[in-house]
Amino acid sequence: MAGAGLLFLVLGLGLIAWITGRARAAAFVKADRTNLNSLPSYHGWYMALFAVVPPLLFLAVWGAIVPALQTDMVLSAPAAQALPMDGFARASILSEARAIASGAQDTAFQPMAEQFVPLYRAAIAHYNWIAVAATVLLLFAGGTYAFTRLKPDFRARTKVERVVMGALLTASLIAIVTTIGIVASLIFETVRFFQMVNPIEFLFGATWNPQSTVTPGGDNGFGAIPLFWGTVFIGAIIAMIVAIPLGLMSAVYLTQYARPAVRKWMKPILEILAGVPTVVYGYFAALTIAPALRDFAAAVGIPGASSESALAAGVVMGVMIIPFVSSMADDSIAAVPNSMRDGSLAMGSTKSETIKKVLIPAALPGVVGGVLLAVSRAIGETMIVVMAAGLTANMTANPFASVTTVTVQIVQLLTGDQEFDSPKTLAAFALGLVLFIVTLLLNLVALRVVKRYREAYE
Amino acid sequence: MTDDNRRNEQLARIARNNMGEAAADVPSEPIGLADPKISARGVNVFYGAKQAIKDVSIDVGMDNVVAFIGPSGCGKSTFLRTLNRMNDTIPIARVEGDIRLDGEDIYSPKMDVVQLRARVGMVFQKPNPFPKSIYDNVAYGPRIHGLASGKAELDEIVERSLQRAGLWNEVSDRLSDSGTALSGGQQQRLCIARAIAVDPEVILMDEPCSALDPIATAKIEELIHALRGQYAIVIVTHNMQQAARVSQRTAFFHLGTLVEYGKTSEIFTNPREEKTKDYITGRYG
Repeated sequence: MAGAGLLFLVLGLGLIAWITGRARAAAFVKADRTNLNSLPSYHGWYMALFAVVPPLLFLAVWGAIVPALQTDMVLSAPAAQALPMDGFARASILSEARAIASGAQDTAFQPMAEQFVPLYRAAIAHYNWIAVAATVLLLFAGGTYAFTRLKPDFRARTKVERVVMGALLTASLIAIVTTIGIVASLIFETVRFFQMVNPIEFLFGATWNPQSTVTPGGDNGFGAIPLFWGTVFIGAIIAMIVAIPLGLMSAVYLTQYARPAVRKWMKPILEILAGVPTVVYGYFAALTIAPALRDFAAAVGIPGASSESALAAGVVMGVMIIPFVSSMADDSIAAVPNSMRDGSLAMGSTKSETIKKVLIPAALPGVVGGVLLAVSRAIGETMIVVMAAGLTANMTANPFASVTTVTVQIVQLLTGDQEFDSPKTLAAFALGLVLFIVTLLLNLVALRVVKRYREAYE
Repeated sequence: MTDDNRRNEQLARIARNNMGEAAADVPSEPIGLADPKISARGVNVFYGAKQAIKDVSIDVGMDNVVAFIGPSGCGKSTFLRTLNRMNDTIPIARVEGDIRLDGEDIYSPKMDVVQLRARVGMVFQKPNPFPKSIYDNVAYGPRIHGLASGKAELDEIVERSLQRAGLWNEVSDRLSDSGTALSGGQQQRLCIARAIAVDPEVILMDEPCSALDPIATAKIEELIHALRGQYAIVIVTHNMQQAARVSQRTAFFHLGTLVEYGKTSEIFTNPREEKTKDYITGRYG
């Protein structure tokens, strides 16, 4: 009867409430030809909402508190005196008894659990009856109240719309609340981390070799500068050296030179590039690009060439970012008024002079915004660097050497058996917080730049 | 009818006043000129399958301002844009016929469209200064065409162009401000300065005052008077008072054809065609 059955009961009765409300409203019309303020179905919805929402809210709260009530009831029985005093042993016996009583488990591993099963059965049945009774009572109370309010001039439509608005608001709040929750957990764990490791060492230290135990005041290998450098080197330097020229040039070609027929198939293909899963790019970087670059470096005699190189990860990441840069640049070039282009052409400048001297300067803020968004995406990118960039924290400007990034180290710190409160695990949260703050700032600046630019032409 | 007469008289008076001393210079032959700057014969323009201009022939002389008038959609702007090949930027546009600048066929493969547009400048309906400084706006053309050999010479060209456009006194102390920060009328004069900075022979103006208030319009019209004689000027306008005020010759377009072309004073006082008369008396359009 609990759970699903009760839910169906509520929904079924809600349907009956809907039909009743609608029929009641229809009866008004028939009785004295009055004009209804709202359509009959709105009356039905009004009644159904009043009947269904309070029981559902009650059940949601009830589900959260009822296990504690059941356990209290079991513990108040005389047999509970025999339970061990140790909290852990006591809880495991109780939870086993509950599992058997509710049918999730067949036999008990702890002999003592058996004797609590009937007690739990009784408690569950007891509270189930209370739940069913309360639900049905609430449902009928709400339905009846709504039913008495139905009148020909009752504004059921306005009330229902208000409920719909409330539902929409809740939906949007869930995303925001989740974000706030994530940030709060990041901050909380980071604070714990900084209680063990000095923030100065973390932010400005140059050696990254995290240890499971820390000695206060000593060097514990939590200097994140090599990670920050690796992230910037791959995401903001190498990837952008690839993505900015290629993205910008493809945008110029697509907006200015391509015939409509060519643009029609080229642009979607370019956008497909943005939909390729990053793990596929990672494969490509690790299995194709990285060995090729290592062989090339070895052939021309560059020292320190590694099969996991910053260049391989950066180049592939740059290719991945091309569609972002290109589509932002495309939008901002297309947003430059045609009169600007005509003005330049009418001065006797060629197409490429017009692009170089008028269109790109006019579109520059939008392009810069696009590039900043691309950077923020690149430095948060994980899969490609995990597969192709390597694990050793290196402070090097040699693109053929192996470097590591913030995201790679977060993955490293959190995989495998780790105690959750060890400084190694908590360091992942601190790194995540730094990454979050940087990408947030980049996004804010980028959006501001793009917005200011849009205002200039409208 | 009395309204029509009063309106006619008013337009004719404006045209006569404007002609004044210059009236004697204008040849009486309506289309052919002895020494035309631009000479168009049998011009057809198509947008896809739709014909926008039908068999238009017209001469534009160096010494006077020509106004193109006509109702919206009559093709006057389209025809204007054939004169510096700006219709090339519209992929579906196609031009037939013979248009000559100083006797050279501007649609021949030998003609460099970049050179052509340097000789035939254009001012657009909506002021379109580049989002650069005032100085850079005016210097844009000279830089592209390499007209100045040094900074001093460029400064001189910029100053001279702004002076000719009547803008120098208003902007001489803020040449590094953005051109887009000027008022609408100033922006349009900046665009005229930009056009004359490359020292063109012809200036085409496509409804240059339609986005401006009356005072800014008056300034542009004064400017057109001042520039007359130095450049051949063609102006498209939907404002007949303006055509009467600024032009010596007027061409009336209707549904893609050139209905009548002649001295402005005659077009407004004594049009030969019934359609012209209907239009200038405000019966349609």
